[in-house]
Amino acid sequence: MPKTRVGVFVCHCGNNIGGVVRVPEVVEDARHLPNVVCVEDNLYTCSEEGLSSIKEQIAEQNLSRVVVASCTPRTHEPLFKEACEEAGLNRYLFEFVNIREHCSWVHRHDPARATEKAKELVRMGVAKARYLEPQEEFESEVFPAALVVGGGVAGMTAALSLANQGIQVYVVEREEKLGGLVRELRTLFPTEQDTGELLSPLMEQVRGHPQITVYLGSEVENVEGFIGDFQVTVGSDGQNSELQVGTVIVATGAQELRPSGMYGYSTLPNVVTQLEFEESFKSGADLPPNVVMINCVGARVPERTYCGRFCCSTAIKNAIWLKEQDPDAKVSVLHRDVMAYGVDIEDSYRGAMELGVRFLRYDIQNPPQVLGAKRAEAVKVQHQLMGKEVILPADLVVLTTPLVPREDSERLSKMLKVPLGTEGFFLEAHLKLRPIEFSTDGIYVCGSARYPSSIPESVSQAYAAAAKAGIPIRDGSVRVEAITVFCDERTCSACGNCVEVCPFGAVELEEGKFGRIASVSVAQCKGCGCCVAACPSGAMQQRGFDDRQLLSMIGALAEGMVSGGGR
Amino acid sequence: MAVEGSETGGNGFEPKILMFACNWCSYAGADLAGVSRLQMPANCRVIRVMCSARVRPEFVITALSKGLDGVVVLGCHPGDCHYSEGNYFTRRRGLFLKKLLEYVGIEPERFQVRWVSASEGAKFADTVAEVTRQVKALGPNRPRRNAQ
Repeated sequence: MPKTRVGVFVCHCGNNIGGVVRVPEVVEDARHLPNVVCVEDNLYTCSEEGLSSIKEQIAEQNLSRVVVASCTPRTHEPLFKEACEEAGLNRYLFEFVNIREHCSWVHRHDPARATEKAKELVRMGVAKARYLEPQEEFESEVFPAALVVGGGVAGMTAALSLANQGIQVYVVEREEKLGGLVRELRTLFPTEQDTGELLSPLMEQVRGHPQITVYLGSEVENVEGFIGDFQVTVGSDGQNSELQVGTVIVATGAQELRPSGMYGYSTLPNVVTQLEFEESFKSGADLPPNVVMINCVGARVPERTYCGRFCCSTAIKNAIWLKEQDPDAKVSVLHRDVMAYGVDIEDSYRGAMELGVRFLRYDIQNPPQVLGAKRAEAVKVQHQLMGKEVILPADLVVLTTPLVPREDSERLSKMLKVPLGTEGFFLEAHLKLRPIEFSTDGIYVCGSARYPSSIPESVSQAYAAAAKAGIPIRDGSVRVEAITVFCDERTCSACGNCVEVCPFGAVELEEGKFGRIASVSVAQCKGCGCCVAACPSGAMQQRGFDDRQLLSMIGALAEGMVSGGGR
Repeated sequence: MAVEGSETGGNGFEPKILMFACNWCSYAGADLAGVSRLQMPANCRVIRVMCSARVRPEFVITALSKGLDGVVVLGCHPGDCHYSEGNYFTRRRGLFLKKLLEYVGIEPERFQVRWVSASEGAKFADTVAEVTRQVKALGPNRPRRNAQ
């Protein structure tokens, strides 16, 4: 058998790894590892240059294993595996070492130990790579239906987009009506359209579409399974329905922050949020002559560091509307910065100033104060340009608050096994490389569930998510990673432990060449490896995670641990 | 070279801890800790497995007998396993394994089973910090290393 030839590629990831881990030392260390014939470092191994370098080295050095030490396999593994495959190396002869998420990013203040750790992780990766074997992938069917969780603008758009491709879609909406948060708005920004003009046709199309089934007043109670075959339980008033779908889109949206205790909110009756303001004037309440809006309430503060992105435009929209209804109304917007991004919003911002809306900047260290005991009567604010305090009379104080994650996001994230970010919004696999997708295959996200998104953004994200979620369904099958288990007939004693522990009923005892042995149905095996750990004779092994591979990693880590050895 | 004081479990002792993390929850949790730039001690090395139930007790015993100072198995929270019930096996196996370790004379605290979900980056970082502190307090896994 020809000698195993391992190539190691260590990534600087710009400054992400190289700024902490001393990459040249890691490279030097890897040169002395058994079977390693070439070691390279790349500024970005995932770049075109990095990938072609892998391919060149496979050809030039006749590499039989490739190890990349860079970021997480959860985002970049397919890319490197494809590069190997393009160079004629079986994609399962590739091993990934994570020295970014698990090393440089979390040990930023300890470069020396981060470097040592990176060396050890590479040693472990090389040790495992030596025992990797080529594998064939198995194809698994995709059930031709999709689930959309949430019936707001994002969810409805995604559902229609999928259904128009001929795919059966189930929409689950918690409320008794479709429409989501937008239903509560008065008009849309910046076109000043009535929300009904957007929502009514969408809702009608969704309700009338033969390929869409809507579950109102319902929630997702449970999700099991994988891409291609999710079993979903949808519950409504104790009544459960079971659905089978191939892919899932999360479009659960977000909710407006209700800033209890801030600026007299919830104690003074005339202090409201922007959404409450819109709701009250939808029904034609009397217009107050003096209105003060306070922006960035509960946003860009230590406990909620993000910018709500379109809270400023909401304030601009409502300020313009007030001035248009009553040109004599005094409308002031107290802000920290006006985030009027893009083309339309900047125009509206200027338009608002021309209409006489007063924009005053306040300092978060010295925030405005709402004056009044039973009702808000005025707002006191330090005028930054004049350098003195001003008092603005107020019949109504409107607080501009950001969208915050829905309370039940965590429950759904656990059911789907997809992550939430630190602020509690759903976290996609990669902001730039894999937006809209979760790292778990077959699950996608769009709209404000992801982070506060305007309607145009929600709509484009919904199209993107629907396009992604449609791919596996239209393909009809997905390639299943070859991480399934197999049984060595010669060592199996037919004890049946594997049959007992398999959560999927994928193992049976059968008559084999050497008598009764365990037999694995590859189609049913999901590659957990429960049976491998339960096998007393080591006959059961998992492809890509076999005992030799994992024990060699432990050995590589423990090397030099003997008494007097370096550490 | 050994750091001064490392053999006595003094301040210079930096334990080396092996962590097994399941692909779906805990490995993703560890990634999230990274993405969130949560800082943690550099003592733990993660091996990715698809499910915590893949971890054969032999791995734990091998690691400790080769002189690693601690082994942690991380999985999805009970009831949340990507493979329905894998982590229940992990939990039961963990309890037995602790007894076995005690029987063969290895401090059972050197082996731990913890649950970290994909959304719990902070919990992963806390777990690393806590386990490092605990194993540090136990001191080096010296007898095993000497026996090598």
